[in-house]
This record gives sequence, structure tokens and C-alpha cells, in this order.
Amino acid sequence: MNDFFANFDVSFPGFHLQTRLTIPKSGVTVLFGPSGSGKTTLLRCLAGLERSPKGLMQFGDTVWQDETQGIFVPVHERPIGLVFQEPRLFPHLSVRSNLLYGFKRIPVQERRIFLNDVVEILNIAHLLDRRPHFLSGGEAQRVAIGRALLTSPKLLLMDEPLASLDHQRKQEILPYIRRLQSKWGIPIIYISHSLEEILQLVDTLILLKAGRVVAEGPATEVFSKLELRGIINSEILGAIFDTRVIQHEPEFGLTRVQFMGHQLHVPGQEAKIGQSIRLHIHSNDVSIVTSPPDSRTSVLNILEATVMEVGSIDPAGYSVDIKLDVGQTLLATITRKSLKNLALEPGQKVYAHIKAIKMVHE
Amino acid sequence: MDFSNFDSAPIWLTLKLAGITVLLLLMVGTPIAWWLAHTRSRLRVFVEATVALPLVLPPTVLGFYLLIALGPEGWLGGPVKAATGSALSFTFTGLIIASTLYSLPFVVQPLHSTFEAVGKTPLETAWSLRASRWDAFLTVASPLALRGYITATVLGFAHTLGEFGVVLMVGGNIPGKTKVISIEIYDRVEVLEYTEAHILSGGLLLFSFLVLLTVYTINRRLPIHVT
Repeated sequence: MNDFFANFDVSFPGFHLQTRLTIPKSGVTVLFGPSGSGKTTLLRCLAGLERSPKGLMQFGDTVWQDETQGIFVPVHERPIGLVFQEPRLFPHLSVRSNLLYGFKRIPVQERRIFLNDVVEILNIAHLLDRRPHFLSGGEAQRVAIGRALLTSPKLLLMDEPLASLDHQRKQEILPYIRRLQSKWGIPIIYISHSLEEILQLVDTLILLKAGRVVAEGPATEVFSKLELRGIINSEILGAIFDTRVIQHEPEFGLTRVQFMGHQLHVPGQEAKIGQSIRLHIHSNDVSIVTSPPDSRTSVLNILEATVMEVGSIDPAGYSVDIKLDVGQTLLATITRKSLKNLALEPGQKVYAHIKAIKMVHE
Repeated sequence: MDFSNFDSAPIWLTLKLAGITVLLLLMVGTPIAWWLAHTRSRLRVFVEATVALPLVLPPTVLGFYLLIALGPEGWLGGPVKAATGSALSFTFTGLIIASTLYSLPFVVQPLHSTFEAVGKTPLETAWSLRASRWDAFLTVASPLALRGYITATVLGFAHTLGEFGVVLMVGGNIPGKTKVISIEIYDRVEVLEYTEAHILSGGLLLFSFLVLLTVYTINRRLPIHVT
């Protein structure tokens, strides 16, 4: 079995978490949702730090929790690595002893990840003999990630591991997390608030709201659901596309990428031909034109599209979200007035004019 | 100064009593303090109040109940007398039991507050790194609670050194068996032997001060800060 199942039902005063999840045992699964939506509680249930009275959880062929049979594998017997928002290094141990704390506690035959690998991939060799007290936030968090990895986990759970770091430190650590994936293939469940982190990491997205799963699936599908309006920050409502670099146009400072037979121009990228680039197109940056494009527009990126769905109309607001099919879903936010003027209806052929694109290298 | 009258037996007896009592207190006090710091049970406040009782009760009250319990007719002394031929009142063993109860809050309270300060976070981290509960307690919680252990040990020891009322009630005044420094001082003062009383009192004063000074110095320099 390649997936794992997690059904939980936990109540706290004023909060109820109820989930039925199937999570792929590969890649990065991001838990996303407003604060108070139950992300951390869900992660704690997965780790075994919280025991849901009605819980069922199976990791591959191993049952970690089945309350109908009274099975509950305690935290220290689960092959997981946990990384928290704060590094939580042990202050009385050196960096080296912190790193080896978990490593020493797993059976020799289960050790797949060794000190040298971790030190190299996280670039922490110069820190080994220091005390945690003398590390910067970014250094301490890298050590914390290394410490979790050294237990050779079969699943890595990360609760906003970069939230306490500034932008530069984040950019420093993100590639390491991505590299862990490609090097050891450990599935990661990752809580995040930040679009930047999500774009760089996500394979599967799980959206939580008020203790319930609102949407789950491949990021490219989940991210462009109309229902996300009001759930995720409107500044990041949009669509994600996985594209490939096909050509550079250095004379214009542009790079051309391709996805599903479409081509898009993006600002010049330092990327090889064939390299994959993930794009995020904000719904506010997409306008809809009903006539075929002619040369009288400055917009370079125009995609033929079909109207799939018109989002619910808020009489108090002025805008409406339109779901378009361009081979994959694309979201456009237009005014209610434009919707009426263009008389858009599902099935209609239109052209999506894309004014801005955000890029992330894989 | 004439030292021919000076008897060092009460000093050794006192140190022995305080030493054994502190060891017992750490063994008994650690699980109680741990439970108090981590439980969500409603019984917690009752246990806290019970442990704190010796702080407010007159030593004679505690001594009186202990005298009855440890005596030949008592629920503890009775069975012991049946088994060994003598009850626990007016014995060194009786003194240890009494001192342990009397000094309990001085060990439990510092441990309780350090365990609370250390909190659950380092433990959860240790569990996630494959440490069992016992392992996490020994390798993470205990080193982080070192300050609390030092404070508890010293307070427990010093407080046992200084007790008077309970010892007098339960142990009486038997030289070499139950006559500790505080009682010896009382005896000397009663018979107006102020020189001996001075030596013992001054010694106890100086010793207690030095011990406390050492503890506060160590605590300040200890590299582990729980934040």
C-alpha cells in the first residue's frame, strides 16, 4: 500500500477536529488553512502526541492507531521525524549530541541516514561542537531538521519550520528541504501559511477550515477551486502550473515555458532548457476577453479557454471569480459588471489575458 | 575555653539524619513533584495542600500525631513492634520518618516548579526522537531540572538540620540515638552551659549560611537556562 489513512475525531473546548484523510506516501503534502483550523492538532494526532478518542491511522501496512481495537503506538515507537516551529534543541547538549540523540536510539539495522550525510546536506559541519545557545535561528533550525532526519524516519512531519525565520533564512533552508525529498524520498507533511513555501514544496495540498478538510488533492487541482475564496488569503487565490523551459529570448529578457501545449512568456530565467518551473497565476492578474486576440494588445500571455463555472456572487461585493479551463484550471477575478457585459456562461469560448506570473524553480 | 564537656555525637547524628532524610525525600519527592507538574487530575490541589501542610502546622501538632502513629499502639508502630519487638517512637528510624514528612514541602515545591518550568516541550521533542518516557525523563527533563534538584537537596537538608519540635516529640532526647544538635542546644541552655550552646549555635549558623551561599552561587553559574 502506498498511501496512508488517517481518520481522527478530537474535541477540545471550542474546537472540533474531524478528518478522513488519505495521504500519498511520497512527496510533500502541505497542510494549509487559517490559524485555528486544526493544522497543528492534526499533525500532533499523526505524530501520536495527541490521542484522538476515535482515531484510525494506518501508515502503509502498519497500524499506528485503531481505537476500536485499543491500538495506539506511542510517539517514540513511530518511525517519524518531527520538526517544530522553534528548533527546540536540547540546551544542555552540544550540537553534535543533539544531532545524535535520536540516531543513537534507533536499531543499527534501521540506520539509513548518517551524521556525515546530514552535516553535508544541511551545511552544519562548522557548528558541531557549539552549544545551541550560540546558534542563529536559521542554524538552529537546520540542526533541528538534521536531528529529526538522523532517526531515519519513514515520515517527516514539519510544523511551520520556517515561520520564525526571515525571508533570507527561509530561502536558505527551503532548497535543503526540497533536497531531502530527492535524496532520501522521505514523505513530508508540512504545515505552512506562506505561498512562497507552498509553491516551492507542495505536491499534494490539504486544506483545513474549522477542523474539517475542505479540499485535498494535487496542488494544481486544489489550488484553483472556487470554494477557496474566503478560505485562503485572497492575495494568493489563483492557479498553480507546472511548466518546462523551452526557449530563452535574451534579446527581450524573456524565457518561454510550456505546459499542456500552451506557451507562456515569463521574465528571463537562469534555467536550462527542459528544466521545470512552477508558476502561480493570481486570479486578479487574469482578465477575460471574448474576441480572438489581435496584435493590438501589450499582453503577451493569452490562452484560449473555456468558461467552466461562474463563482457565487456576493451582492455586497463588486467582483466574481470565474473558473476557466485551459487544459488545467485557471482562475480569473473580474467585476460583476464585466460578467454582465460579457454575458459569460459555462461552455463559452474566451481568451484569458495574463498580466503577471510568479515563478518558482524546482 | 573548656572543651572537655563537649560531645560531638549530636553533630554526627544530625548529619546522618539529614543525609538519609534528603535521600529519601528525593526518591519520594521526585515522583510527587512530577505528577503535580504534569497531571490534569482534580486531585492535584488536594495533594498540593497535603504536601504543604508541614509549612503551616505547628511542629508539635505533626509531632503529636506521629508520636501516636509510631508508638507501640499506633497503626505504624504497632505492627513494627509485633515484628521487631520495639515500636518506632523514640528511635532513629522514627526520626527519619518524621523528618521526611516534615521536610517534604521543601523538596517537593522546588522540584514541582522546575518541572513546570521545563514543561512538556522538551519531553515531546525527546519522545519524537525515539526516547521512551523514562529515557526522556533521565536524559532531558532531569538535566534541565538540575537547578531545582540542587535547591531541593539543600533546602531539604538544611531544614532537617534545623528542626526541633517534631524531633523532640517523636524522638525524645536519647543521647547517641535521637539527641540532635537543636535539642542539645536546648539542653545546654537549660543548664546555663552557654559556651557549648554558643559553639553549636554558631556552628549551625555558619554551616547553614555557607551551604545557602554555595547553592545560590552554583545556581547563578549553572549553564542551563530554561526559557
